[in-house]
This record gives sequence, structure tokens and C-alpha cells, in this order.
Amino acid sequence: MPVFDPETRRAPEAPAKESAITDIPAASSALEIEGLTLSYGEATALKGLTLRIPRQRVTAFIGPSGCGKSTLLRALNRLHDLNETVHRQGTIVLEGEEIHAPGIEVAELRRRVGMVFQAPNPFPMSIYENVAFGLRLQGGLKRRQRDEVIEWALSSAALWDEVKDRLHDSAWSLSGGQQQRLVIARTLAVQPEVLLLDEPASALDPISTLKIEELIRNLKSRLTLVLVTHNMQQAARVSDYTAYLHGGELVEYAPTDQLFTNPRLAQTENYITGRMT
Amino acid sequence: MDITSDTHSQHISKQFNHELEELKTHLMAMGGLVERQIQEAVAALLDGDSRLAEQVRDNDKAVNNLQIKIDEECTRVLARRQPAASDLRLVLAVIRATSDLERIGDEASKIARNALTLIEAGNGNKGFVEVRHISEHVRKMLRDALTAFARFDIDLALAVVHEDDAVDSEYTSAMRSLMTFMMEDPRSITSILSVMWILRALERIGDHADNLAEYVIYLVKGLDIRHTSPEDLDEAALKSKG
Repeated sequence: MPVFDPETRRAPEAPAKESAITDIPAASSALEIEGLTLSYGEATALKGLTLRIPRQRVTAFIGPSGCGKSTLLRALNRLHDLNETVHRQGTIVLEGEEIHAPGIEVAELRRRVGMVFQAPNPFPMSIYENVAFGLRLQGGLKRRQRDEVIEWALSSAALWDEVKDRLHDSAWSLSGGQQQRLVIARTLAVQPEVLLLDEPASALDPISTLKIEELIRNLKSRLTLVLVTHNMQQAARVSDYTAYLHGGELVEYAPTDQLFTNPRLAQTENYITGRMT
Repeated sequence: MDITSDTHSQHISKQFNHELEELKTHLMAMGGLVERQIQEAVAALLDGDSRLAEQVRDNDKAVNNLQIKIDEECTRVLARRQPAASDLRLVLAVIRATSDLERIGDEASKIARNALTLIEAGNGNKGFVEVRHISEHVRKMLRDALTAFARFDIDLALAVVHEDDAVDSEYTSAMRSLMTFMMEDPRSITSILSVMWILRALERIGDHADNLAEYVIYLVKGLDIRHTSPEDLDEAALKSKG
């Protein structure tokens, strides 16, 4: 028995168009995307993607501008519904349920699959009201219960200690990094199962960036995180799995450790190491 | 993905290409110096040239300085470039390789020291044939390992890995015959012990050359075959283009 076996160190050989990581079983995946094709009018942004996103892990999508990574992320909580030019084929299954099935309410889907954008977008109201917003929409909580959830959400977003004495100040009085964590707290307050992060730290200074990354690490014990980033070191630092997309196709999808030390394909290697292709 | 010796010169950043190229060039310079150290240390013994032996011992400082210099360059690349994939493997392989080359330098120095003792004692040349033979063998291993590094040549690296077994058995049989000499003539024990130290140093040099070859495989294939015996290597998989 050879001590070292390339098969155990590498992703199994797959055709050039990689479909999925085979070691993520359906049972441990939060999202199963199958044959997802998405086009904006004439332009096809995603070309038949099939992949599984593991539960309670951080999965990063990397790739050059226009590769479809943000489009894919937005598809996961049906943000494209508002755009009539978008056409979709294929399925996205969240914990066993097709998210486009007739019985699915979009508002409820977006509670379960929260999203944080590149620029912090707190609402023009107090810190407290920002986090309370979703809870008030849902209703049913007494004031004391609501206060508890808000403290929990702000603590989970690693912001509580910084804002506990100024909860009724305007959210705009916070720094950019704090605002981004406030937005994450607002999303967490409604107890999502999946958190989508679209370049969550690209507008932040290095220290705020590290706080967001630390937060991402801590949150994965509770929920599934999907991160889109242009910053490859960030993907390498925080994610468990990395998917490299190019031209709307999934090029390589592998455990992050492997993708950043020994990618299987030259195309991936060239992208992550900054080579000319 | 397999890489070639051109892989590291295709970055968008030309400065980065240059930095990685420098690492390889300096490593090869260090390798060349170390190889000369072995050759001269052994020549000093065989020719009874104590001045050459002294020179080898002095040159060890140059080897050490090169190790520090190359390590600094690697640290700088790690800190400033955060290399990934084959770039990262190159930097790691170079750091590991300098450490083995430095140890080979130390072994050459040891050979020179024992050569000085033997030249001073001046009695006989028992075991010198074995020293010459094994030294040529391990120098070839070292040269091949360095060539494999320069050319990213997996086949040559694997040949070096296999060669180490042959050196080990030559070493064992040389030791056995020296042991017989000592039993036959107890007065020769002191000088034969010095020859044994030299053989031991040469055998260690073979081990370090073997390590260098393993780093080449790590660099090219991304597979760590340290602590894997040559019989257990799946060569077909190593040689296949992945």
C-alpha cells in the first residue's frame, strides 16, 4: 500500500468543466445548485453551473470581473427577480426546498438567506432601530424579547461593546467598518440560515477588514456563509472551500487549502498567482 | 497542476518574476559552492594538501552567509508578495534547500577537519579508495539534484532518490572493511576513526542530496514525499502529467 497516494491529495479527475466537489455529500450541503444558467437579455452570465455549498462552512467565489460570481450569489436569494431581463434555467435547492417553487415566499426566503453588500447600507435611523427593523416586520416580539435579540445580534456581529452605550445614536455616526458590522447584525437578527457576502470588506480599512473576517470565521458555527471577493488573500484566509469562476463557468472548486497550494488546473494557478493567461 | 522551469517567469508583475528568478539563481550559486567544498575537502585528504583543507574550513563562512542571504530574500517575498500555489511551493522549496545545502557545507568542513588530522598523523591511506568512490557518488547525486531543481526535472529527482540507497549500502560495506582493518592493526584505530568520520559525512551528504530531490518533487507536483521510502513511491503517478 503506497503511503502517499495522489488520489487522496487531489480532487478526483474531472472533465474540464468541473461540476462539483464530490466530497461534499448532499446531506451536508445547505445549497444545491444544478444546471444554473442565467442571462441578462442576450448576455449569458452563468452557464449551467452545478455545485453544492456545504452547511456551516465558508465558501468563497473568486474570479475576474464579469465572471459571474456576484450574479451567482444574487441568484441564491432571488435578487434577480426584480430584473425582468433576467432569464434563469436550472434549480437552486435550499435545505431540500427548491427556492423557485410556487409555495416559496420571497420575503421569507430572503430572511433565511441574508445578504450583505460591498458598501455598508445602514438605514437612516438609530443603531437600535436598524437591528430592530426586520424584527418589527416579523412582529410578535415583546419589547424585552426584542431587546434581547438585538443585544445578541450586535454581540454576534462583534459590535455590541462598541455601541451598547449609544444604541439610539444615528447609524450614520458609526465608522464604515462598524456600519458593515451593523448591517451584518441587522441580517443576523432575523436568524438566517445562509449569509451571502458580496465583497463585504472591499470598502474597509485593513483593521475593519480583519474584524469582518474574524466575524465570518465565528459565524460559521451557526450558519452557512458564501463570500464573493476580489481579494484572493481574503478568500485564502477565511474560506473552507473556494470556487474559481471564469466566463460564467465553474473552472475549479476545491478545499481552499488545496486550491491555494496546489490547484489542479493551470487556469486556476494563473489566476491566483497573477500570471498572464 | 505540473509546472515547468518557465512557470515562474509568467507573472503580470515583472518584478515578481525577477525576485523568483533571483531565488533560483542564488540557490544554484550556493549549490555550486557547496559542491566545490566537498570536492576540495576530499582532494585535500587524497593529496595530503593541508592548505586546501584549511581553505575549505574558511569557505564554510561563505556558505553560511549565502544561506542567510537567500533566507532573507525568501522572507521578503513571503511578506511582500504572499505567494500562492507554485510560487509558494518554490519559496518553501528554496528555504528547505538552503538548509540542506548549509548542512552539506558543514559536512564538507568536517571532512576537511578530519583530513587535517590524518595529514598530520601521516600514517597510511586505508579507506581512501572508499572515500574517493563514495565522494564521487554523492557529488553526482548533489549535482543531479541541483540540475533537477534548475530544470524542474521529476525523472532526474526520482533517480537521485533511488541513488541514495546505493550510497547507503556502499557506506555500510566500507565501514565493515574499515572495522576489519582496525581489528587487524589496533595502532591504526585513531586514523581509521577519522576516515570513518569522513565516510559518515559523505553518507550524510547523500541524505541531504536526497532531500533536495524530494523538494523538487514537492515543487513540481505539490506532493510531499518526505518520509516515504523509495519502494513505496508511486512513480507512475509522479511521472504522469497532472
